[in-house]
Parts: sequence; C-alpha cells; structure tokens
Amino acid sequence: MENKKREGSVIFSPYNRGEAIKKVVTISREDVLFEIRESKLKGRGGAGFPTATKWTLVSAAISDEKYVVCNADEGEPGTFKDRVLLLEYPELIFDGMVVAGYTIGAKKGIVYLRGEYEYMLKSLEDYLESMRKDNLLGKNICGKDGFDFDISIRLGSGAYVCGEETALIESLEGQRGEARNRPPYPVNTGYLGKPTTVNNVETFAAVSHIITKGGSWFAKFGTDKSTGAKLFSVSGDCEKPGVYELPWGTSINELLEIVGAKNTKAVQVGGASGICIPKNQFDRKLGYEDAPTGGSIIIFNESRNMLHVLKNFMEFFVEESCGQCTPCRIGNVKLLEGVEMIENSNFTFNYLNHLKELGKTMQVASKCGLGQSSPNAFLSIIENFKDEIFNNGGKNGK
Amino acid sequence: MESKSNLRSPVSQQAHVIEKPKDITTIGGTVTIEINEKKVSVPFGTTILEACKMNGISVPTLCHHEDLCVAGVCRICVVEVEGMRTLQASCAFPITNPIKIKTSSPMVRKARRHIIDLLLSEHYGECYSCFRNGKCELQNLAKEYGVDTYTFGHVTEPRYEVDNSSYSVIRDMSKCVLCKRCVRTCIDLQEVGVLEAVNRGHETMISTFLDKPLLDVICINCGQCINRCPTAALRANDPSDEIWAAIDDPNKHVVIQTAPSPRAAICEEFGMEAGHSLTKELNTALRRIGFDKVFDTNTTADLTIFEEGTELLLRLYKALVKKEEVALPQFTSCSPGWVKFLEHYYPEYIDNLSSAKSPQQMFGALIKTFYAQKVGIDPANIVSVAVMPCSAKKYECNRPEMNSSGYKDVDYGLTTRELARMIKEAGINLPEMPKSDFDSPFGEASGAGLIFGATGGVMEAAIRSVYEFITGNKTEDAFENANVTPVRGFEGIRYVEIPLGDKFGPVPDILKHLIPNWDWLKGVTLKVAIAHGTANAKKIMDDIKAGGKFSECHFIEFMACPGGCLGGGGQPIPTTPEIRKKRAQAIYAEDESLEMRKSHDNPNVIRLYEEFLTDGPCGHTSHKLLHTHYTKRGRYIV
Repeated sequence: MENKKREGSVIFSPYNRGEAIKKVVTISREDVLFEIRESKLKGRGGAGFPTATKWTLVSAAISDEKYVVCNADEGEPGTFKDRVLLLEYPELIFDGMVVAGYTIGAKKGIVYLRGEYEYMLKSLEDYLESMRKDNLLGKNICGKDGFDFDISIRLGSGAYVCGEETALIESLEGQRGEARNRPPYPVNTGYLGKPTTVNNVETFAAVSHIITKGGSWFAKFGTDKSTGAKLFSVSGDCEKPGVYELPWGTSINELLEIVGAKNTKAVQVGGASGICIPKNQFDRKLGYEDAPTGGSIIIFNESRNMLHVLKNFMEFFVEESCGQCTPCRIGNVKLLEGVEMIENSNFTFNYLNHLKELGKTMQVASKCGLGQSSPNAFLSIIENFKDEIFNNGGKNGK
Repeated sequence: MESKSNLRSPVSQQAHVIEKPKDITTIGGTVTIEINEKKVSVPFGTTILEACKMNGISVPTLCHHEDLCVAGVCRICVVEVEGMRTLQASCAFPITNPIKIKTSSPMVRKARRHIIDLLLSEHYGECYSCFRNGKCELQNLAKEYGVDTYTFGHVTEPRYEVDNSSYSVIRDMSKCVLCKRCVRTCIDLQEVGVLEAVNRGHETMISTFLDKPLLDVICINCGQCINRCPTAALRANDPSDEIWAAIDDPNKHVVIQTAPSPRAAICEEFGMEAGHSLTKELNTALRRIGFDKVFDTNTTADLTIFEEGTELLLRLYKALVKKEEVALPQFTSCSPGWVKFLEHYYPEYIDNLSSAKSPQQMFGALIKTFYAQKVGIDPANIVSVAVMPCSAKKYECNRPEMNSSGYKDVDYGLTTRELARMIKEAGINLPEMPKSDFDSPFGEASGAGLIFGATGGVMEAAIRSVYEFITGNKTEDAFENANVTPVRGFEGIRYVEIPLGDKFGPVPDILKHLIPNWDWLKGVTLKVAIAHGTANAKKIMDDIKAGGKFSECHFIEFMACPGGCLGGGGQPIPTTPEIRKKRAQAIYAEDESLEMRKSHDNPNVIRLYEEFLTDGPCGHTSHKLLHTHYTKRGRYIV
C-alpha cells in the first residue's frame, strides 16, 4: 500500500499560500540570505550545495538579467517526491521561486518540468494564473514597488542528463542536452549566459518554510551538517512504499522499520547514481555526511540478484549518457559488458580490476555528474556483494 | 573567424570565454599559479592548457583545436587542480585564481591512458591500412602513452557504412572519436551547419540532416572538417588510383596544372617547416611521376583577371552609363565552396557572381580545345588533372556544366595531400628535386595569378590590372612595389576604398570594342571588400541584404576557406593560424621574386587572345569556354 500520509514537521508542516512572499517583501535581500544561511539548507537535488552560497553568488553577480530555474526534471531512478510536491504543494515551490527572484534580483523564473509530468502542466499553469490574480506574481508583487517576477513552465523531453543543471540550461536554450564546461558556473554564466540559480523543487519548498518560520527553526531538525528534514521516495521490497518526510540523520534501519521492509539485503541510496548499502551497514545515517541522497531509496530483499540489479543500473547509464565525453560514453558500455561477462561466467579477475580502475577514472575524469557518479553502483555492488556475485557455488568466475 | 556569439552554434561547446585584460600589467591582470610545483604568472583568464604551453609543458589534446571554440569533451587533457574533487579539462578551464596544477600525476596519467584505451576500443580499423597512418592524432596519443595492448578490446567490424556519396568529402564514422571538431568547424567556423551530433550515449554519432548522404545535404564541400579531423573519419575523395591508371595508359596524354597554394604547402608533407614554395621542384617531380605536361594554373588566373575584370568594368559601364539594371556588387567565383554556399544560402544573389569560371575550369576548357588543337591530340585522349588546395574543386570539376570543351573539362581534382602521397609512392623526395620550369604553351605566369592563393589575392591581382587599365598609370605609382597591402591580411572581413581620380588613360586595345572611354568613371571611388571563411561571407551577405555599406561595393572577393586557398580543405593537415600565415608569406615572397607581377603583362594570355579567343575578353569564344552559369539551389534538396 502506497504511503499517502503527508506527515512531517518541516516540509509537510502547515503553510499558507503566499505566506513566504508576503513576508519576504517586508525584509531586505540580505535578511533573506541571512535566514537561508542560518538554516544551513543544502540543495535537495542530491549534490548538497549550500543554497545560501549559491544565492549569494548569483545576487552578487552583476547583470541586468538574472534567472531562477526550478529543476523539476526529477529523473533519478526511484525518485518521485517532486511529483508529490508539484501535485499537492505547488504553493511551496512557486513561493520559494518568488523568494529566490526577490533575493537574487531576477525577473523571470522557469520551471523545467520533466516531460513525463506533462499531465500536470495544465493544473500548474492554472495555479500560476491564480497567483498572478492575487498579485503573488507579476508586477509590484504584494505591493512591493519594483518587485516584478513571473514564472513560466517548460517541458523537458525525457533525457536523464537534463537534470544536471548545465545540461538543463542547454536544453532550455533549445540545444542538445549536454553538460557545459565548468567553470564558469551558472551562477555567473547560466541561462542565455546570464547569472542563474538552478534549484531543486524541494529546495524551493524548504525555502518557503524557512522564510516563514526562520532559519534557526529549520536548523533544529536533522543533524549538524544536514539540517532540516528530507523527502524520501521509498520503493522496492517493502510494505508501504511512497514519499516520507524524515529528518536527516535517520538511520537506514529506522527507515526500513517505518516503511515495513523485511528480509532486506541491500538498500540503494541516491538512485542509480547513488551507492548500494549492504545489510551490515544499515546503521548508517542518511545525510550529506554519511549516506547522501536526493531522495531515492530502493530496497532489495533477499530474493534479489544483485548482479541483475547492477546490470539494470548500467543499462540505464549506457542509455542515458549524453555521449559527449569519452569516459562516460564508452566507459559505461565497458562496465555493462563487464557485468555481462560476470553473468556469463566469462571473465577474469584481472580484467575486472581493470574495470574497477576504469570506474575510478570515470568518477574523476567525466565531464559532468552523470559520468562521475555512474560507476558508483558498479563499484559499490561489486565490492559489497562479491560473495554473492562470485561465490555462486563456483559457477561464476574463473 | 570570430563568430562565437552566433545562436546556431552549440553553446555547450563554446568556451564561456573570459575576456583577458588588454593590459596585463594592471592589478589583477595576471594570476600567479603553480604548475608542477613551479610558480608562473599568466594573464587572467588564460586556460590551463595555454598556461602549460606558454611554460613549455606539454599536455595532450584531441578535441581541442586552435581555430575552434572549446569543447572539453574528449577529456584527454585533464589535469589535477589542487582542492578540486575531479580532474579538470585543461582546454576548458580559465584561470582566475591562484591554483595549483599537476599535469602528470598518477591519477592524471591513468585517466589519460584509460581514455585512449576507451577510444581505441571503439575505433575501427588498423593503422597500417589507414590513410592517416603516421599523421593520426589518436595514433600519436597511443604512441605517446605507450599503448601496447587493447585493454578494453577493439572493434572488429565497422559500425557504420562509409558515406562516399560526395565528390569531395568521404565520411567513415566507424573511425570517428566524437571530438566534434567537424561539427564546430561546420557550425561555428563556416556557419554552414550540415554536421551535428545525433542520438545519445553510446549511440551518439555525427550525422547530417536526417542522416542523408553528404551529397544530398547542403554541404559546400569546403573540406575544412577534413583539415580538422584528428583521425581518418573524414577524408577527401581520392582519385589517385584513376590518375595512376591514366599515367600508365600509353594512349592517354596526361596533363597536370598546379595551383599556387599546393606549391606553397606541399613542403609540409615532406617534413619541412611551413612556408617554403617548392614550385619548380614539383614540376620535376610531376614529370618523373609520368605526367606528360605540367602547366601553371596561374596562367588562367591571369586570364580570369582579364575576364572577370572586363566583366566588372562592363557591369559598371552598364550601370553608370547605360543606366541598365545590373547586379552589383560583383562577387568573385573562383572559390567553388563559396559558390555553392551562395547557391544554397543566398540563391537570390547568383546574378552577382561573376560568370567567369575559376582558373581551374578555364584551364580545363583550354586544354581540351586550344591546347589539343595546337599539339594535335584528340581531346578524348587527354586526361586533365588539377592539383588544388581544395576539396570543393573535386565537386566543381564534376558540375555538369563544366564540359564546354565537349568533354569533361577537368577530369580529376587532386588535393595537395593526395599529390604528396603519389610523389612518395613514386619514390621521390620532393625537396631534393632539381628545379625545372612549366611547359609551354602556358609557361610563365604573373605574380598576380600566384597570389590568388591568399585571401585578398584575387582582389589585389584585379586592382593591379584594373587600376592600370583605367588610369593609364603604373600600379606602383599608387601602391609601393605594386603590393596592394590594404587588401592583404587575415582579418575576416576587409573593406577598402580606392579613389580613381579624374585623370584617365586611353582604353586598352583589348577592351576598346567594349568601352569607348573612361570619362564616366570620373570621381568614382572603387569600393571593394574581401571575406574569407563562409562565416565572414555570411556577415557580408546579410549586410548586403540589409542594404548596408557592403551593398554599395563594386567588387567583393569571397573565399570559402579561412585564409583563402592556402587554408583550403585539400591542404596538408594540421592547419593553424600560424601555419596559414607562413603559407601566405611563401606565396607573397614568390610573387615578389617574379619579374612579371601583373596579369595583363602575361604574354601567354595576350597570345591566347590573339590566336584563339580572338573576340576578346567576354567575347563569344570566351563566353563559350571561360564563362559558366550557376544554379539556385536553396536550402532544401528535394
């Protein structure tokens, strides 16, 4: 049974539409940045970059045009918490975007909506229209002279890589979805070459709460390095999959208990690009300092074949690599071939070691986060489940 | 060549170039960094790659090219930057703060080796059966990094079919390393844009519109992509087997014409520094290979000046005196890449193209008529070869209209690279050849014909003659040593005004029947412009469309390739701004060394008008043999 209860003390805590906007126009940009800094909010998309730092950089950048981009491309396998926010809590997201626009001095916000979420487009557009009517968008928002901001929605076309912020910007500009060289970063040279902040859906939602309730309130939740609470998209072998709000620092064991998972063998934290945690490490805590995730939690019980799990992930990366840089384009193919070799008991450990080294090269030499994280699954599953993978009654391996 | 702001170019592959300070002595003008624990100062915004080069540290590159915007995709140039989690592509990393760089740490070396291994695993073919053998950048990298085994395997079957539909450019995508230099060349450098990456991940490939054969898309055949391809994925359509067969056939009379640019660049194929003309050595080599006659394309370049210059004067006469509707400015037509670019992108302007054929095609028509008659050989048995710096010349000689002799006027266009290989195959070391002259009846030619090879050369040659025709004065009176320096240089677009004054000479005999006097040119300032690289041509054309200053020009020289013919798509690989500069120096030096510097002084051409083209420039015979027409192609090929 899918978990439909929206319980939680931070993201799912009570919030009134427009509240953050009404509050923000009464305080200065510096005060907004102060609150965000106090909250120690880190990016909810997975990379965990401090939001205050990003916004400070964009607001300091000198330009006549700046942009706020909401990354709603939610494409990481096993992630679906943004869907819940977009469908049930649009006020949190859009209000957060308006706050961002106010803070950095942008007049335009763009939601990059995952192509598969096209069905939400109408209701989101309607919602934006109602915001315009209530002067929560448009000119002189909430009576604040000169504060103009509006939001438009653009649809993605199904490429996973467009969740990477620079590829997303390329896509917005009508180009092939391919990551850019960095530096310079989008905070200086973003959409149309202008300073741009790209934040995750959930980050904006968190901002709305932080503005209304205060940065120090937010920082009370979670751990020292991972403040606040996080939405987790839980799927796989458990009784109650769904979206859960839990404070950072929750251990995997605790999470498994909450979602009713039994006989769990492994938990994939952070989606396909994340890491696979075996049973003996279930006391690890979810958070940027230990087991980070953009929200994806995939649970595997004893019946699962981890090599198949790995193969599935690798097939995903081979398919979703944008193809521009060598390590990612060809490296993932080699890793997948390696998995198939193991599957067919047609490999040498020597070659496998080559592949592990290759995986490490991909982590450091790929152009963007996709290629840098795609070997994670390979390296962690091969390492953590070697007994299962290689000691299959002597059937696997040579 | 400065088209980085164009919207059509792939932004992801443009360097988000950080403007370097004009004066590096200002505060913040330089940054002190550490490369391999050595402190050095570099201008703010310098890339790591540039900084390394400036300090004599070699960093391997593959997708990087000096002529092109940054891509940062091959990752071979990665280096370690202290404090950064990942390795950084040195070609794409602008230095703005005092970083510490390691260019050869264990992690860096391992990553580079992996990248080479990965590329090799997908790169179809064996080096010894590849035309780039010894000149392949991937092969060089493999050598440099001591690759002695295919760690991650090696493909045994080609992945893609070879596209040899084009007369000019052959695409063998099984050898492509996806550096996208060709894409950046086609889109950014040339603004033609027939090549782009399609599909994703491992399925990514460089493709044309709807994956059509190159012949069926609006490729202008300039071959600039070939010059920048690091492997053999792109190459010119090589006719050398057919040429060998003709040479070996005792019934065939094989003649060859050599253009000035190959002569100024072929030395590079023989291990010499760029910038040495081997014109006369080449004559000997060609005879030893077995060509029956060796002619100088400059002869018909001189002829082109007569025809195209007369055409221009006639257009001006019609416009200014007879008040007829005439297409002006007149555009040069000797660059077949430019001609096709105009036919596709600006078909409404084809009347502006000079109807004069290019020197190559004029020569072709004369060889199988005038020459054939003179030596008494059946033109059917003549095989006419042209050594050109150009891949588009291959297309040009295959245009259906290029058969005014009754035969295919030029049978084969051969590139500099292909000729160099033929010479090597014949066991000849070109630089050591004794010197010899061209064959008559087209022996000597002028320096004006020679400089056709450099951007601005056609314009300069035209000015040297037209100025004298009109004013009756020596060009030297207006331009020191007849060097029309205002039209020279490598700036993408140049605009020059030449006041004609009001003292005119008599109309030369050869033009008398067309134009009675020059009085109508009183007070006229000749306005000319020069563009090289089709991206620059596009700028001028758009200006003309908008009625800008270029629409008031009288004559504009367009060359499809950056640098003009000397940077052509058939020239030795690699090409860089530096190399092109040296080739230009070689051409201008050879011009200066000649006695005869002006086309109208060429006695062979004058004799041609006396003996053969008796109705003069733009007369009936010349129209039949030396002029052509063009096709409004448009952007869509049905």
